[in-house]
Amino acid sequence: MNETFTADKNGYYGEFGGAFVPEMLRQNVESLRDVYHQIIESPEFQKEFTGLLRNYAGRPSPLSFAKRLSDKYGAKIYLKREDLNHTGSHKINNTIGQIILARNMGKTRIIAETGAGQHGVATATVCALMGLECVVYMGETDMVRQEPNVKRMEMLGARVVPVTSGNKTLKDATNEALRDWICNPVNTFYIIGSVVGPHPYPDLVARFQSVISEELLSQLREAEGTEDPGYILACVGGGSNAAGIFYHYINRRNVRLVGVEAAGEGVNTGLTAATIAVGERGIIHGSKTLVMQNEDGQITEPYSISAGLDYPGVGPIHAWLARTGRADYLNVTDKEALAAAYELTKLEGIIPALESAHALAALGKLKVNKTDIIVVNVSGRGDKDMQAYFEAKT
Amino acid sequence: MNRIDKLFQSRKQNILSIYFTAGFPVLVDTLRTIQELDKAGVDMIEIGMPFSDPVADGQVIQRSSEKALSNGMTIKLLFKQLASVRETTDLPLILMGYINPVLKFGMENFLHKCQETGIDGIIIPDLPVEEYQEPYEALFEKYNILNIFLISPQTPDERITYLDSISKGFLYMVSTAATTGTINNFDESQIAYFKKVNDLNLKTPRLIGFGISNNETFIQACNFANGAIIGSSFIRALDGNGTLPENIHGFIRKIRG
Repeated sequence: MNETFTADKNGYYGEFGGAFVPEMLRQNVESLRDVYHQIIESPEFQKEFTGLLRNYAGRPSPLSFAKRLSDKYGAKIYLKREDLNHTGSHKINNTIGQIILARNMGKTRIIAETGAGQHGVATATVCALMGLECVVYMGETDMVRQEPNVKRMEMLGARVVPVTSGNKTLKDATNEALRDWICNPVNTFYIIGSVVGPHPYPDLVARFQSVISEELLSQLREAEGTEDPGYILACVGGGSNAAGIFYHYINRRNVRLVGVEAAGEGVNTGLTAATIAVGERGIIHGSKTLVMQNEDGQITEPYSISAGLDYPGVGPIHAWLARTGRADYLNVTDKEALAAAYELTKLEGIIPALESAHALAALGKLKVNKTDIIVVNVSGRGDKDMQAYFEAKT
Repeated sequence: MNRIDKLFQSRKQNILSIYFTAGFPVLVDTLRTIQELDKAGVDMIEIGMPFSDPVADGQVIQRSSEKALSNGMTIKLLFKQLASVRETTDLPLILMGYINPVLKFGMENFLHKCQETGIDGIIIPDLPVEEYQEPYEALFEKYNILNIFLISPQTPDERITYLDSISKGFLYMVSTAATTGTINNFDESQIAYFKKVNDLNLKTPRLIGFGISNNETFIQACNFANGAIIGSSFIRALDGNGTLPENIHGFIRKIRG
């Protein structure tokens, strides 16, 4: 089996990826594909990108040794602290990259989809920074469960458009953003928030998020004298924080990569968002990947307590990492994630996002030794999830 | 010869193609709708296969698709309903839908069923030519099913010429940068685009779709192409107050003028 884990020129990771877009979107996607390498590899771009990551987003994000968590699980556990970035998650890495790209392409209007609101906030933030118009599509269900983020986006000057189709969550918001792009092809740039969508988005987003694993190499060398942990754990919805922390380790086969999906009520209950566990090959939002679907090929509604993981597809890079066995994909339920969030809070004084809590909950599912080094990507902080955490306690 | 080619060979002008979503407004009316459209004098029929996530469609077809799916429409059932369609009509018939349900059904299985049923062509907006040619083109040829390509105002001239060179049947010319059913008349930039494409002297016949909702826009479209495709406004008419035949005949009369 061909085991390269970077996208080929048509955006394929093995059998997954591609650009299944209607002709009305073709030109948008193609013009981005034609220029993105050249722009993002230019010294001017790199200088601005790394400068903003450092002086605006607050990178590098720390690598914290989690002493009490390590004692509990009997391993050396480190936390990659994406929760400490400006806007509260890893999403800002990608939106900074894409907004510079959009500006270089002469675009004046930005659209985005959002689930938990973290990508929406990160997009609204960089639009304010650059003085660009910003429209964020968000499912009505998500607007209710992540209300603080709606308020933040509005304060940042974005227009948040409620989406009322389907389950009113991330998938539906993405449909609506794609429709907006069809209707506004000339002036508008679509900042996709995860490693999903038509080529070149999965590759583009993975590259911008790869700053996470780039930092991890040197941080771990400093802390442990080795660049390679035994395990890297990250939650997977579309899979951008996982793609980012896996990126520089993909060809280091001694490092076990573990993605953690949202099982919702449980993978066999029908109320789940664990696409790799229950999905089949299909096409969603322009990408050939694993898709949750019924026997007629209709995309089924996912369920997870975590709005950021509530997606019936997965980035094609993860479909390929799973198919080749290079990465393992576990899943944890709503309940397990909530318990893990409380555990991290009590043991380490860090309130994680519900999404990141899924990665933490997988710690209990690994068979580890005392000397094993485990890095968990804490992709975001839990401020937006306080309501869910309070409700879970009562 | 494929019925689509036959149509464009015998008629160069004022071709009217009607799209409807199978299973809307009620599950069982597929054959009756086709029958009445035939009687009303349309030239071609596009039967929509509903999909849960129709990204190229505006609200009207989103809603008709949602309703059709909740009524229980599937590709399997649609082929069952269409089994005797060739006893009903000799019009060219096209199936239109999104790629995921077709792949789930199995492309070869799907094309085989199309041939068996008497379907002449397929329109799958999210199967662009780049993803079509290598795996599927030979299969379409094997079963003599035409794959219809779209062009839009954003399509560069050289790509239009390329799509023309490999096209069979006709080119589906999207009138505007929009999803289906979102505009009701043509502005100057659209007319300029129609003229530009007209001046490219393409070999393939063209039908203009998106935004045609009355006699005036139908005539305008026919001035710059071989005819027009109507979807959303027909679906609105299907939801009207009359009986199914009344709604259909009334609408087609209004369009033809």
